[in-house]
Amino acid sequence: METPSARELERPAIPSNRRNRVKLLALREDIPRSVYLLAGSGFIALVLIAWAIVTYGGFISDLFLPTPTAIIDEGVRQYERGILVQDARASIYRIVVGWFIATACAVPIGVMMGNFKLIEGLLEPFIDLVRYMPVVALVPLTILWAGIGDQQKFLILFIGTFFQEVLLIMDNVKTVPHDLIRVGYTLGMSRFEILRDIILPASFPGVWDTFRITLGWTWTYLVVAELVAARDGLGRRIMEAQRYLATEQIIFGIIFIGILGLVTDYFFKITGAYFFKWTKER
Amino acid sequence: MEHPKVAVRHISHWFGSSQNGLFVLDDVSLSLAPNEFVSVVGTSGCGKSTLLNIIAGLIDPSEGDVLVDGSPVAGPGRDRGVVFQTYTLFPWMPVWKNVDFALKKSGFSKEEKQALVAHYIETVGLKGFENAYPNQLSGGMRQRVAIARALVYKPAVLLMDEPFGALDAQTRGMMQELLLSVWEEHRITVMFITHDVDEAIFMSDRVLVMTARPGEIKQEFRVDLSRPRRYEIMTSPEFVALKHAIVETIREETLKSMVSVSPATRAGR
Repeated sequence: METPSARELERPAIPSNRRNRVKLLALREDIPRSVYLLAGSGFIALVLIAWAIVTYGGFISDLFLPTPTAIIDEGVRQYERGILVQDARASIYRIVVGWFIATACAVPIGVMMGNFKLIEGLLEPFIDLVRYMPVVALVPLTILWAGIGDQQKFLILFIGTFFQEVLLIMDNVKTVPHDLIRVGYTLGMSRFEILRDIILPASFPGVWDTFRITLGWTWTYLVVAELVAARDGLGRRIMEAQRYLATEQIIFGIIFIGILGLVTDYFFKITGAYFFKWTKER
Repeated sequence: MEHPKVAVRHISHWFGSSQNGLFVLDDVSLSLAPNEFVSVVGTSGCGKSTLLNIIAGLIDPSEGDVLVDGSPVAGPGRDRGVVFQTYTLFPWMPVWKNVDFALKKSGFSKEEKQALVAHYIETVGLKGFENAYPNQLSGGMRQRVAIARALVYKPAVLLMDEPFGALDAQTRGMMQELLLSVWEEHRITVMFITHDVDEAIFMSDRVLVMTARPGEIKQEFRVDLSRPRRYEIMTSPEFVALKHAIVETIREETLKSMVSVSPATRAGR
């Protein structure tokens, strides 16, 4: 059914003489979408151009910064040899499993912490303590506990992700307005029903955004996870390149991880915008 | 009034401890007759919202009790519908589902529910907006859905906590007329909290004025204006005289609340 929006009918016409005046630096004002996208891609282009100038121009040694073509050649080489797909598959598998385990633990615990002060009081000091421990320093311990197989990689990714994620989920749950919960009580709902039918759906958009952010963090812990005793993986390839001073291999690996991270980020952004249209105030 | 719908008996309430806490309500008693529309007005912070929350069962009073149809209230329940000042629609549900949500715990069949939901959406003037989401609605429309949601499961009492407080003056006037016409159609006992004296007189059978904190019922004004009422009534001599009297009563309390915040004055009460 067609549902007319009340706001749309009320929107006043803009006088035509003012329509074209766009202030690009007005505080918190929207700018045209095209300008916004142009700025973002323009900046990346600028970095690429600067890179091309200093490398092709011979201002900087190949050892420190190879040319863009050397990086692309390295990518093609890895792809043709099948290393790239093999590495990517191994790394994505580790990230997905590590992140899923972290998330499967963080969601229920975060939801409990956000709703029950007792659980928050019980767990938050401990989580804050672990959260500030450097994950790299935990590598020896994780090998001791989980060996040198994929389990150790999952464990590192879990430690790097879970302790941050659980606190974010707790905050997501806490942003649900208290009056929504009170409506549930006045409708005769039990605490469990309010949790299931009001608090969870109301906090879901925020939780989805937390998924987006934390999966990004999991990607950043990939190299740490593959630091020791990994036979394959994108992070592993970078560590290996270090030994031979294969700078183009290092930079290719970094950029490739960045791109995969960006893709997952956009996946969550686009699906979130699709699922949660109702959050947009117009 | 031998059979009040709602009886509030000697309610006192303080937040925090009884010595150092905030003393909000001081021995409040009142009763609402069946199908009576009663407004409670008072200066801000006088405890009128706390009183409503206590009747709703959302706050346990420190002393006293509340009876609905003769039985004491122990927590919130479906015999009392509440409309809040903030927008409390579930933003992930379209209008019809928001209203239907209130029927989840009812014993109605699917067809009965559909009919009830459609009827109440029409009653609040939102036919055609069944599938709109709250973010597509204006503030006034959202509160109309909230009213439909609070009425659809047929509670015995409707509690309204400044439901139009966040709306602009024009929308507010329209909402008052709409609520009155809904109430004429579906008679129900209403307790309406507001600080707008015009609104209180226009809607109510009785207006109760509360004192400054700690709140008690200072004075009761009976509104004998004929129903159904239209907004023109606000300029009638009876209306104006009543408004004058109520505003005077509230002013005394506002002045008092501006000087009597020290504990010493509180103890002297």
